[in-house]
Amino acid sequence: MTVTQDEFHAALLDPGRAIPEGLRDADAHPAGRRFNVYRNNVAVSLTEAMHQAFPVITKLLGAQNMDGLAGIFLRLHPPSSPLMMFYGAAFPEFLAGMEQLSHLGYLPDVARLELAIRHAYHAADSSPLDPQALAIDPDALMAAHLSFAPAMQVVRSPWPIHAIWRFNTEEGAPKPEPGGQDVLITRPEYDPIPQPLPPGGADWIEALQAGASIGAAFEAAAETTSDFDLGATLALLLQGGALTSLTEEGQDHEPTRLDP
Amino acid sequence: MPDGSRAPSGLPPLPGVGYKPQHFAEILDTPGPVRWLEIHAENYMGAGGRPIAQLRHLSERFPISVHGVGLSIGGETPLDADHLARLKHLVGWLNPASFSEHLAWSTHDSHFLNDLLPLPYTDATLTRVCGHIDQVQEVVGRRMLLENPSSYLAFAESTWSEPDFLREIARRTGCGLLLDVNNVFVSATNLDFSPQGYIDAYPLDHVGEIHLGGHDEDHDDHGRPLLIDSHGREVVDPVWSLLDYVLDRSGPNPILIEWDTDVPDWPILRAEAARARTALERLPA
Repeated sequence: MTVTQDEFHAALLDPGRAIPEGLRDADAHPAGRRFNVYRNNVAVSLTEAMHQAFPVITKLLGAQNMDGLAGIFLRLHPPSSPLMMFYGAAFPEFLAGMEQLSHLGYLPDVARLELAIRHAYHAADSSPLDPQALAIDPDALMAAHLSFAPAMQVVRSPWPIHAIWRFNTEEGAPKPEPGGQDVLITRPEYDPIPQPLPPGGADWIEALQAGASIGAAFEAAAETTSDFDLGATLALLLQGGALTSLTEEGQDHEPTRLDP
Repeated sequence: MPDGSRAPSGLPPLPGVGYKPQHFAEILDTPGPVRWLEIHAENYMGAGGRPIAQLRHLSERFPISVHGVGLSIGGETPLDADHLARLKHLVGWLNPASFSEHLAWSTHDSHFLNDLLPLPYTDATLTRVCGHIDQVQEVVGRRMLLENPSSYLAFAESTWSEPDFLREIARRTGCGLLLDVNNVFVSATNLDFSPQGYIDAYPLDHVGEIHLGGHDEDHDDHGRPLLIDSHGREVVDPVWSLLDYVLDRSGPNPILIEWDTDVPDWPILRAEAARARTALERLPA
């Protein structure tokens, strides 16, 4: 009587399914609740991974509600790789699809922010650009291109996600006010730092990432934000070590990257 | 066998502990009896950041053992080539003193289940596991150690005893073995066999590392003890006695204390390592 991994796997994730025949205790009785040790290990370890991955969501919902949600999520979306550090990529979409959470519309974007912070934490190291590199002829600067640290992330939201994140992670942080926020995550050394971007900042960064020059990206940002403050966005990026190179027109792009 | 040395691992026959980031500073300041560290491979497969930086730093002070928990060597499906490449990369830059994995499966149908799941000990499993180990040793470019599982149940279809099964795997593939003494105790209690009898049948000359950890106690449907390998507390006295039984027959070996859940303060983990040192010191020189 063989037990295939197909049968074992199906019974593992579905507590309502019969335990495969062919599993025994020492007296050749059917394994019974001994099988539940494996069911329990899988559910508990993945639930624990979700708590660690989404501490702010866990705080917003309460640990018990998070346990319940994780129990549903882990059966619909078991990890697709042994790299548990990246588990939960489908969680924002999952939250967005939960009807009973529709009154908490900001949850999916807060989950996206938590995922982005984790990605920043594990991203490749890089050497920051020396701010002196920007001290070139203004026309040449506007025609130049910037490259970003692998740890830099931008999360955009119609909700005040940075304020919500801060209110739930920082003692005495101000209560969130309504309004959308674009969040920049930088990692000057090893700890990711999320900060709200000034209006237009995310448009400017996205245009640069898509290959635009500093000047062309400025025009793109100014289209949606007439008073776009390039200096403020640039300062956040420089302070966070989020820029890695400046390439003047005619030079080859070659971002510095340090791999382990 | 990809590596010509006779010793199953390059770890010193001294105490080591499973590395937890919260102990980073104290391990460097007050290592006490701890002479080497073990990491879970999968936690160091990110591209960079603090985990990699800490590991690089620790590896300058301590021999490192890379212990994989996600390769699914017992899986019915082919090994995950991407994961194998990540292991090769990690082992390549870190050049650890040892690399080990489990006699278990954890991935099926592209789902990683984050647990070490059991295998029937049959000729078919033997062929499959040996094929996977050959592939791992070929790709990673070094000999690996294979760890015995904790068992909560048995397969009616099994035709091999676990020690014989492990001996045959080592013979066919040239891999070394990682003997988890707590797992032997847990399995022996759960499946009602003598742990000393298991050790007597086990090929101790292939052992390159020993694991010790804590377990929890539960009961099965018939009220019989069911021990759970939780790695969340001190090693119990009967497991220390079984360690002595092993060491009397194997001689000195690298001994690791595993403590993965409810991780204690450093002095408590260090005290467990000191107990392992005492067990090694009572062996004749």
